[in-house]
Order: sequence, then structure tokens, then C-alpha cells
Amino acid sequence: MSLLECRQVSKIYGALTALDHADLTVKPREFHGLIGPNGSGKSTLLKCIAGAETATSGSVLLSGTDITRFTPAERAEAGLSLKFQITAVLAELSVYDNVLLALQSQSTWLSLLRSRSRGALHERVMDTLQRFKLAERADDIAGTLSHGQQQWLEIAMALAREPKLLLLDEPTAGMSPQERRATGELLAPMRERCSLLIVEHYLDFIRDICDSLTVLDQGQIVASGRTQDVQEDERVKSAYLSHA
Amino acid sequence: MLLTAARSRRTIPIIEIVLLAAAVALPLALDDFWILFTTRVFILGLIALSFDLVWGYGGIMSFGQALFFGMAGYSTALIATKLGVTSVFLIVPAAALVGLVVSFLMALLVIFGKRQPSMVFVALGTLTGSYVVERLARGWSYVGGQNGISSLPRLTAGSYEINEGPVYYYMALAILVIVYLLLRLLTRSQFGLVLAGIRQREERIKFFGYRTQNYKGITFCIAGLISGVAGGLYGFHEGYIGPGQLGPVLSTQIVLYTLFGGAGTLIGSIVGVGLIDLFSFYLSQIWNTGWPIVLGLLLLIVVMFKPTGLIGFIVGDRERAGSFGRTSAKSKT
Repeated sequence: MSLLECRQVSKIYGALTALDHADLTVKPREFHGLIGPNGSGKSTLLKCIAGAETATSGSVLLSGTDITRFTPAERAEAGLSLKFQITAVLAELSVYDNVLLALQSQSTWLSLLRSRSRGALHERVMDTLQRFKLAERADDIAGTLSHGQQQWLEIAMALAREPKLLLLDEPTAGMSPQERRATGELLAPMRERCSLLIVEHYLDFIRDICDSLTVLDQGQIVASGRTQDVQEDERVKSAYLSHA
Repeated sequence: MLLTAARSRRTIPIIEIVLLAAAVALPLALDDFWILFTTRVFILGLIALSFDLVWGYGGIMSFGQALFFGMAGYSTALIATKLGVTSVFLIVPAAALVGLVVSFLMALLVIFGKRQPSMVFVALGTLTGSYVVERLARGWSYVGGQNGISSLPRLTAGSYEINEGPVYYYMALAILVIVYLLLRLLTRSQFGLVLAGIRQREERIKFFGYRTQNYKGITFCIAGLISGVAGGLYGFHEGYIGPGQLGPVLSTQIVLYTLFGGAGTLIGSIVGVGLIDLFSFYLSQIWNTGWPIVLGLLLLIVVMFKPTGLIGFIVGDRERAGSFGRTSAKSKT
């Protein structure tokens, strides 16, 4: 059974069709890449899945449940998590508090009022920070981290809720080649825990990390399948890869 | 603006201790007028705290705090004058309940819901509510119309009458300190961390699974409860409650108290009330017709050029932002 299923999803802004009847499937524990030229609709598709945008038509199913009209909070409860394209860490809070905020989101408001889980979550916060090489910066203000570290913090926060599916919108944007490589190494062990759907411009990064690939062009799906097969697809070569 | 961890984190507790010590000792040095004056500052400090909670911590621009204050003031005045109930142990909880219920009803209109209301919608909604209820009170003879309800009996504790003066002063101070400490706990709790997240990036927080409207609504109602307590205390202290205590003028004054003193610190609100009322008093002695112009300019300068308020001159941004979890340094020990 598929973890995520997008059926004929369209998104229309006035006269512009950003997404045209797109189908997409992500299996459990699969790392799936979403690529395409600028303006091809990949970020729009990701937003329709995450709930940042609502699809004009079509449906989005997560573990068989139709989440098309769910709010972002309801989607998070259903097992979705999103890392935004532009880093959206809470710049005035400490690195530690950013992760704590993400981790404690499953608690009720009453238990948060009594700070009941603060002590119990401490080890998980530190484990998460260690995994993402941020433990030494735990007390620092998140806004003082480098761009690459802020991207890692964002990914750490997105993973904190232990989602079934993590959506990553350009996780390596603005990173140096070394940071990009390190990001790939940080993400690889996540395969044991969740599926990934990654929008990314760096094809080498996608080739290294993803099992399967979907290519979008002008709002339509051009090809979808195993990464190796899609790369060999003539339509993909002409639509995108040959220009990359 | 990026913040640095190097700034001192211990300024606020020092200010709190100094002000508390001064407040405890002041009646020994003050005459009756200044005891009444300072008691009023404590009571208005409560309502300023309520605004600081909604705006400084929750990011909700409420122009309705006077509505909860005035409704509680009117309700407890009616309970005292019509039913003869004057026990402080009944009046204060009743005032809190009225503040809570009225703010909950207001929250149903302007905050709760699936879609996120804009800041302008909430500000105008609460302002309109405050205005409408003030107009209704002015026209309703049962609650005294334009004259309000005057000659309120004194609060009692058993057979003891609580007169305006040192006893009322210490009672108001004790309630202010209790509310302050509870708000300190709340704003530094994990709930407070959610509010900090909402204030900085509400859209981001929703993707963690937080129903942000619920958190904002709960915060709004807690602030309404505190405003209610202040309203009950105010009416019995002044011996009077009128339409002016329900309307936009007082609501705006409360906003200024907090912005002048410094939002998001709690103590800044109380400092704001004390300084504005003190400036108003002395300026009116010096220039009894034009003093509001001077005060208005002063407020404008502070609000425009020092958005963190007067407290921002001595409290660093890092301390204002706060810390909610254990630090890694502590974890290593």
C-alpha cells in the first residue's frame, strides 16, 4: 500500500495553471525526488501535499486517508512534516528551544501549561541536536547559526514529531558542497524511520539519496519511476536533464 | 535583529525585587493621597499585565481589555448594591469569572475558528465590542446610565471592612504579586514556548501540529480573567464604576501603558502604569490645560523610537526572548 498518493492534483491561480492533473505515489521507507525546471510546479505540488496550499481539484491521500481539505495542523497529526524552502527557524529562541518546541507538539495545552514533559523531553532534544551536529550550539540563539546549520536545525525540527512522510523543499539550497554532502549523510539513516519527498535542484544530491524520481515540466508529470530508469528516459532528457 | 547570548540575563529579577521591596515599604513613607494613588497603580498594573500577556506574549492586539475590566466592575457593583454581597472572597472570584466569560464570548467572535483572523480583525473586533458595550451602558438606566454606579459599599473580609488606605493597598499589592508570579510561570512554561513560537512565526508553528487559534484563545481568556479581577478591585477602591471604564479610551490607555513600559517583559507594563500616571499627575500640576500634549509627545517618541519600551534600555533582547528548556551546559553536569 502506498504511503502518499496524489490523484489528479491541479492548482490554478487565476489564468495560470501551476499544476495540471499531477499523479504521485510515495511508498513506505522510500526516498522520492521531485525535480523539474524553475516554475515546473514542484514546490506547488509539495505545498498542496503539506497544506500550505489547497489543491483546486484532485485529492491527496496519506495512508489511505483523504487529507486534501485538512489544515496543516491536522496533516501534521496525520503524519506529515514539512521543511520550508526558506529557512523558518525561530531566530530569537535558542537552538535547544527550537527543537523542544517541535518535540512537545504532541502534548496537550494543559500539560504544556504545567510543563510536565520538559524534563522527559530533554534527552530527546539533546539526541536530536547531537544527530544534527548542533549539540555544541544548543544554548545559542538560532538566528546566529550559519545558513547550513539553520537548514539542519529545520530538518531536525521537521523530524522531531517522527512523521511518516517528511517533505523537504530544497534542503541544500545555499549550502556549500561539503555541507550538501553532510546533509546527505544526515538524511540517509532516516530511511529506517520515515519516507522522504525531496524537491531539489542538485541532481547529484538526488541521484545519491533517492530511490525513485518524478520529473515535472510546466505543471505536468513528465516521468516517474526508479531513479536510474527516469534518468534514461528520453522525454526527461529533452525536457530537463539535458539542460541541467 | 540577531541576538547575542552574551547579554546579561538577570536584569529583570533585580528590577522585580527592587520594585517589590519599594512597594512593601512605601506606605511607611507616603501620605493618604499617595497610598490611594499607588493602590490605583497596582490595580491598573493588573490590567496592563493582562494586555502584556495577550500582546507581548500572544501577539494578539486587543483593544478590549477595558470591556472585561468594566463588565466585571459593573457586575460586582450590582452584586454588592442589589444583593448586599461585599465579601472580598466572593467579589474577587466573581469578578474573575465575569472577565473570563466575557472574554470567552469575545474570543468566540474574533479568535476561535479554523481560519486565522488577521491582527486588524481582532483589533477592530475588540475595539468595536468595547465601544458598543460602553454605549449600551451609557443608555441603560438600570446600571446608572451616564452616571454609572456610585457609592459602592466597602469590601469586607468577615466582619472587617476593607477601607481605602494601607489595608486596600496591601491587598491590591498581594493580588498583583500573585498574578504576576502566575504569569511568570505561564510565560516561562512550555505553553509560553508555544506562545513565543506563535509570536515569531505562527505559520511555521501550525506545521508542527499546533492549533494556534486555540492557544491564542486560551491566552485571551486568561487575560480576560485578570482584567476582570482588576475591574472588581477598581470599582470598590474608587467607590464608583462608570461607562468610561468599559470603553475604547481606557482600552487605548492600557495599550499605551504596556508599550511605554515595554511589552513582553511583564514588569515593563507595571513600570509603564506607574510612570505614565506619575507623569500625568505632575504635568497636570505644571500645565493644567496643555499637559496631555506633552504626555502624548513623550509616549509617541518612546513608542516610535524605542519599540521595546523604557525597559528596553536596561533589559537585553536575549533576556526578553527568554529561555524555556534546560541548557546543554546544565545537561553536562
